[in-house]
Amino acid sequence: MGALQSLSDEPEYRELAEKTGFSFEQIGILHKRFKQLSHNEDMLRRADLDTIPDLACNPIRTQIIEAFFDKRNFHQNGDGTVEEISFEEFLVVMSHFRPPALNMTEEQREKVRREKLRFLFNMHDTDNDGTITLEEYRHVVEELLSRSGALGKETAKGIADAAMLEVASISMGHMEPDEFYEGITFEHFLKILKDIEIETKMNIRFLNMDTTTLCNRDSSSIR
Amino acid sequence: MSLSFLERGLLLLVMLIFLEGTVLTLGAASSPDISAQDNTGGGHDRRDDHRGIAGSHEQTNYTYTKKAFPVLSLDYHHIQVPFEISLWVLLASLMKLGFHLIPRLSGIVPESCLLIVVGLLVGGLIKLAGEEVPPVLDSNLFFLCLLPPIILDAGYFLPIRPFMENIGTILMFAVVGTLWNAFFVGGLLYAVCQIEGTYLSQVELLPCLLFGSIISAVDPVAVLAVFEEIHINELLHILVFGESLLNDAVTVVLYHLFEEYSGAGEVTPMDVVLGVICFLIVSLGGIAVGAIYGILAAFTSRFTSHTRVIEPLFVFVYSYMAYLSAEMFHLSGIMALIACGAVMRPYVEANISHKSHTTVKYFLKMWSSVSETLIFIFLGVATVAGPHAWNWTFVSVTVILCLVSRVIGVVGLTFIINKFRIVKLTTKDQFIVAYGGLRGAIAFSLGYLLNKDHFPMRTMFLTAIITEIFFTVFVQGMTIKPLVDLLAVKKKQEAKRSINEEIHTQFLDHLLTGIEDICGHYGHHHWKDKLNRFNKKYIKKCLIAGERYKEPQLIAFYHKMEFKQAIELVESGGGVKLPSAMPSQVSMQNIQPKKLPPAVAERALPQFTKGREEEIRKILRSNLQKTRQRLRSYNRHTLVADPFEDGWNDFLLKKQRMIELEKKMSNYLTVPAAPPDSPTMCRARLASDPNAFYNIKASSEGVPTIQVDLASPQSPDSVNMLNEFSKRGAKDQGLGQREVATRDEDQGLMMKPSSAGKEEKGEEEGGNKNPGLMRCLSDPGPSNEDEEDEPFLP
Repeated sequence: MGALQSLSDEPEYRELAEKTGFSFEQIGILHKRFKQLSHNEDMLRRADLDTIPDLACNPIRTQIIEAFFDKRNFHQNGDGTVEEISFEEFLVVMSHFRPPALNMTEEQREKVRREKLRFLFNMHDTDNDGTITLEEYRHVVEELLSRSGALGKETAKGIADAAMLEVASISMGHMEPDEFYEGITFEHFLKILKDIEIETKMNIRFLNMDTTTLCNRDSSSIR
Repeated sequence: MSLSFLERGLLLLVMLIFLEGTVLTLGAASSPDISAQDNTGGGHDRRDDHRGIAGSHEQTNYTYTKKAFPVLSLDYHHIQVPFEISLWVLLASLMKLGFHLIPRLSGIVPESCLLIVVGLLVGGLIKLAGEEVPPVLDSNLFFLCLLPPIILDAGYFLPIRPFMENIGTILMFAVVGTLWNAFFVGGLLYAVCQIEGTYLSQVELLPCLLFGSIISAVDPVAVLAVFEEIHINELLHILVFGESLLNDAVTVVLYHLFEEYSGAGEVTPMDVVLGVICFLIVSLGGIAVGAIYGILAAFTSRFTSHTRVIEPLFVFVYSYMAYLSAEMFHLSGIMALIACGAVMRPYVEANISHKSHTTVKYFLKMWSSVSETLIFIFLGVATVAGPHAWNWTFVSVTVILCLVSRVIGVVGLTFIINKFRIVKLTTKDQFIVAYGGLRGAIAFSLGYLLNKDHFPMRTMFLTAIITEIFFTVFVQGMTIKPLVDLLAVKKKQEAKRSINEEIHTQFLDHLLTGIEDICGHYGHHHWKDKLNRFNKKYIKKCLIAGERYKEPQLIAFYHKMEFKQAIELVESGGGVKLPSAMPSQVSMQNIQPKKLPPAVAERALPQFTKGREEEIRKILRSNLQKTRQRLRSYNRHTLVADPFEDGWNDFLLKKQRMIELEKKMSNYLTVPAAPPDSPTMCRARLASDPNAFYNIKASSEGVPTIQVDLASPQSPDSVNMLNEFSKRGAKDQGLGQREVATRDEDQGLMMKPSSAGKEEKGEEEGGNKNPGLMRCLSDPGPSNEDEEDEPFLP
């Protein structure tokens, strides 16, 4: 049943492949997974993602799930959130985790880096005003430390404040005592994280190779 | 350090004279004739029972004839062995000193080359002096004494994350690469030997393969020595270095296999299978032995809170025993040592005090540095000493083949590996990996171990090995630095980890794990996360003392950073001016949203009454004066330093550093708490601006809060921040870095006036609130308690 459906999606796959850069097999596998998660429907909801058991012990799962329903990650200059997503949007979000190709020029690398950091930025900037305010940053750190109990709350604030101060110092250099640093803009964000080399780190290996972990009975039919 | 030319010259002269004296003594001492007959004292009967047949003669023929009482006598061989060892170590260290006095030389020539040259010189001098050159690079000495410190140093400070991320690549290079090298070199050498005109036809296949396996292993000592100076990026460094460590298992198995069967003359397929099994046992067994000792060490360190002074000893002894135990079973000692260091480190570091941590670090660095120096010098000496059998064909073919096989091996393996890597290895990377495959003393020692009877061509092998080592260390070692610059290979990033990067690295970890879970793919991140959770839940509970196991990594990182900054600040002289004097700071109030103050103010403003405040301020002031007066009295630990004696330059330098530090400090909100009083700190305090004492007094009057805070003092938020760090609150108040914090070492600062919940009396013991400082404070420091027996507050 899945086989017939995927054969008829062939032209769609081509379009998706062009748009996101995945190969056909990768798209096929992800489609399988999408169907698995959405119980064979066309649209995926938050509740579907919530049911994944492994995700339960992840401290930032709410943010991760939100990222899938965030229009800013769909590359369509949209805004706000949606309630359910189609396979195409699922793929676009996943494409942020594609590893960079081997022979890339510096500009292409820079572009990939910007894209990935944009994804991260969107995850932090929940109210979509283009800056990460102190409150939002505090929230991020709190979530990260959310499983360490009461000890976390107080220190989280301190850590977030220190981090914010660091960003401000690096980006602004010098501020008068009565000036106010609004929040981390995307450019500042790029600046402070430029040493991490995110294009080498933010990748999922799965999307690199053809694994046989799921539903490989039908993978041969996806051609 | 700007020593004048004259001083430098004098120092070099002293060292040369010393060198000459040393050489003669060493040369003279090692010849057995002189030792036993040293008896200029007359009537001096104390003789070591093992040596000196003459001694026993004297005892049996002992008749009492009264001679003059020997006032001064010379008995060299009584202390001969330790004396010689010390002389060698001293020589090595002085050489190391010497190189850095000649600035341009150390830039061009790597240290290892210079040391080998020194060894050659020393060996040559000994030979010239007519003495027999001692066989210093004895294999036992090498494997049991010289090698372990270097490997332990490498293993303890191994950057685990990059290592594990690239473990597949490293293993490929180590195992498959070494096997390929061994067989390629061995096989082709045999083929060459069979050629008619070389007079080498008596060299059989198995000895050739044995030779190939000895010479194909990349040497960790040489790699460390050379790569340390070229500051290459982390990935390449860990690839080459990891390979050099992990190929030990392969080398051990191949060596034993071929050595065993060289006598028999053939190797059956059964032996090959056994060899493979042996390899698995050797490597996994070695790792297991190391891990067991590592866990033992971690467990022991859990209970050392009352005997801090012997903590470093556990680290060293357990590791050394791991190495020896592995060697006992002919398992891979190097892998055992690496495993032991890597396994015990996170737990031991959580348990031991800050001072012990520093001790461990510096002892390891010191030992490994001395060992490395000695190894290279001995290589030079052994070159002069050893019997050589030079054969142009053999030696040149060896050198060429090693290079060729290395290049082919790396290129071929990378082609396969790149299919599985996310971050592919470029051609530049491959070149550096190939070119960085240096051979070193391990190869020499393994060759030295060969039995003369079974291997008549041993001397020829040794000569070839030495030539290969010289070639790689000199030619490749010297040229790799300019090549790295020429090819513009990425260098190591010097920047320290910032808290933002740490936050985002952790965030990224969780994010990638989450995405993997959504994809349903059980990839790296999934398993890593599972391992971390298992670690946190079960292992840390057993191995980490007290409550600290609950501390998440981010918080630990943050504390560590703050602590480091605090120490830096104090050590730099502590005369930091308040930011009000410097307008160009970004401080806390710049980032706090303006609407916050009302809520904050009512919450955080100290609930002092005016009178209370005055009282507190008075107390502080009086203690300031008291401390100053106390410090004026002469005491072994607190020399009153003339502020001008350090020289105006140092002064200015300190000021400069203080300014920079202050800039850094403003990023962090807590006031550094001073570590317990140490002579350094006192001297530093006094050496800095003597007027700074008055600065503190003046500023504290203008400040509504009782603390010297590097954040802007007007901001109520700085108080707020202090509140957050309630565990630090009591420590930081009022005195900043100037006043010595601890009178009562167990409980940190005690502020009598209890106010605004900032007080933390007695809470310190409860737990882990400020583990970093706690550990520091509970250390027995230098015993200058006598001047601080007064409680801090009356």
